[in-house]
Amino acid sequence: MSSRGAKVSSRTGVAFMTPAALLIGLFVVFPFFWIIAVSFSNRSLLGANALHPQFVGLKNYLDLFDPATFWGQGGFGPSLWLTIQFVVFSALCGQVLLGLVLAWISRELSPRAKSLLHGIVMLAWILPDVVVGFAWFAYLDRDAGTLNQLLRGLNFPAADFLIEHPFLTICMFNAWRGAAFSMMLFDAALQSIPPSYLETADVVGASSWQKLRDIVLPLIRGHIVTDLILITMWTFNVFTPFLLTAGGPSFESDILPIYTYRIAFKSFEFGKGAAIGVIVMLINLAFSLAYLRLAQRGLRKKGKAA
Amino acid sequence: MASIQLDKIGKSFGAVDTIREIDLAIDDGEFVCLLGPSGCGKTTTLRMIAGLEQPSRGSIRIGGRDVTCAQPKDRNIGMVFQDYALYPHMTIADNIAYPLKVRGVAEATRHEKAREIAEVLHIGQLLDRLPAQISGGQQQRTSLARALVHPAAAFLFDEPLSNLDARMRVEARAFLHHLQRSRGMTAVYVTHDQAEAMALSTRIAVMCAGDIVQYAPPLEIYRRPATTFVAGFVGDPPMNLVAAQATRNGHDVALRGAGLQMAPIVSWPALDLALERSDRVTVGVRPEHLRITAGDVATNRLHGKLFANEAMGPESLVTLDLDGGVRVTARIFGDASLRIESDAAFAFDADRFTLFDAQGVRIPGAAEDPSN
Repeated sequence: MSSRGAKVSSRTGVAFMTPAALLIGLFVVFPFFWIIAVSFSNRSLLGANALHPQFVGLKNYLDLFDPATFWGQGGFGPSLWLTIQFVVFSALCGQVLLGLVLAWISRELSPRAKSLLHGIVMLAWILPDVVVGFAWFAYLDRDAGTLNQLLRGLNFPAADFLIEHPFLTICMFNAWRGAAFSMMLFDAALQSIPPSYLETADVVGASSWQKLRDIVLPLIRGHIVTDLILITMWTFNVFTPFLLTAGGPSFESDILPIYTYRIAFKSFEFGKGAAIGVIVMLINLAFSLAYLRLAQRGLRKKGKAA
Repeated sequence: MASIQLDKIGKSFGAVDTIREIDLAIDDGEFVCLLGPSGCGKTTTLRMIAGLEQPSRGSIRIGGRDVTCAQPKDRNIGMVFQDYALYPHMTIADNIAYPLKVRGVAEATRHEKAREIAEVLHIGQLLDRLPAQISGGQQQRTSLARALVHPAAAFLFDEPLSNLDARMRVEARAFLHHLQRSRGMTAVYVTHDQAEAMALSTRIAVMCAGDIVQYAPPLEIYRRPATTFVAGFVGDPPMNLVAAQATRNGHDVALRGAGLQMAPIVSWPALDLALERSDRVTVGVRPEHLRITAGDVATNRLHGKLFANEAMGPESLVTLDLDGGVRVTARIFGDASLRIESDAAFAFDADRFTLFDAQGVRIPGAAEDPSN
């Protein structure tokens, strides 16, 4: 590049960055710090505190972890515990594992079958929330739903899944909804492995499982960590299950985003809602650091051998 | 070790015949190179022997056993890939021992075996390193060690030296030659480098557009190339090919071409036969059989303008642009003091050229031993 080009680029660069920087500042950076500030206040939508919120220190946090109400019905404790289970089952076991299996299987398919499979899986991911919500309502309906029709056809008892198994339902729903992302990520990761690596393994007689364990998983470790971080974060914050169960019945599917919504926008306790948001952020941070540490430990083990 | 037979092997991708029909018999302990330009089907052929590719027709036998439909693992082969395919997250020892790990050999035993074979290949001091921490030549040997660690019926090589720099390649080539000859292993080796094929093979299968055009020992291929394709592919620089027209003069045949002048040819029955079909032939002369000549003394000569004169040390490569536009190269011992663009001529002896017919097929020579 010419020196003139370089000189122009620093000023033009700033000009080009400004709109994006303003938007990010306004909608990401500012709310981030704002929510932390709000979490230390008693700001609410109604009443005196709406006009003149006061600094309350750690009160919101202490309230959330108050032993008297922590484990109570519709409390913070059960919701937190439910959310962790939700992340483990629907995200880690569901989306990540399902995505990996789908990507691993589609490797052996013909190009046409592969794009068909990917298309179907992607569809679950790209459909709007409301459409998906209605589709699942129709699918799960007690009397006319597709799933119950199928079960009846196979001589299984029909069930009202949204009421009888709300947590299982939102787990299945979230796994189905988000598997596409993991599948696409792992598909790209698998394609980055030179074919000769797996062919060498074929020649020496490695089974599919041995290839996955000895060669593929170590090589796509970085992709797995990226996927775990994103999927965990997204699942912690996902609100779509609200469309199916609204957190009920009797808080059985009351995951944190729904709990937060109830506190902040139904009880209008913005301060407390913000405190939950901050806690969720810290939990996500802890998960991410744990994943990164896990990946680094693997690398260090490799380095030590050298 | 075992023999390998390919019987009427063909491979089609859709409507395209990548391999038309190949017969190839490789004896126990032979080193056979599949030599050809890219896209000639040599790698596909190797992959079919390995079982990584399923032939569309024909059958493959290794050690007398039909393995046409067998899985790669059931063919008892060792394979070395062009990119070495070393696992970057495993140490050299683990890489070499991987075939044994897959077979469930205990860790102590398999590391012992890996150490043994690594010593043979002079990489014993690298066992604790990772592939990224050793040189290309050492990676190549690691890949070789992994193929050798488990006794196999045959070894398959897919351009294993082409990722090395020139000096390393010559060194690795000699090493591979020694290893194969001393162990008597059956090897099939894919390359587009004719020098590699010449140096390593007991026999070379020259491939072109999905066919084997010649299958013979290296020197036979060098001395008696079956077609103009083989003549123009083998040798560095390859054989010079000059088009000529034949005219019959009683019992004599006169060959004349642009920039080419030759003494009349007498009593060459195969040539007479070829001329009944077409009077167009191609004259082939190896660069080392040309010498610089002054004046019009020689009867067999090529004349034109000097294009390049490259001194290589012990020898020089002298290139002429013939009057007809064809470029020919001579390999001259010592150096030639010729100026660019000056007129020059090469001479060659009457028993030092090869003739090809209008289809490019070699005409058996009068000058060669008929028993061959």
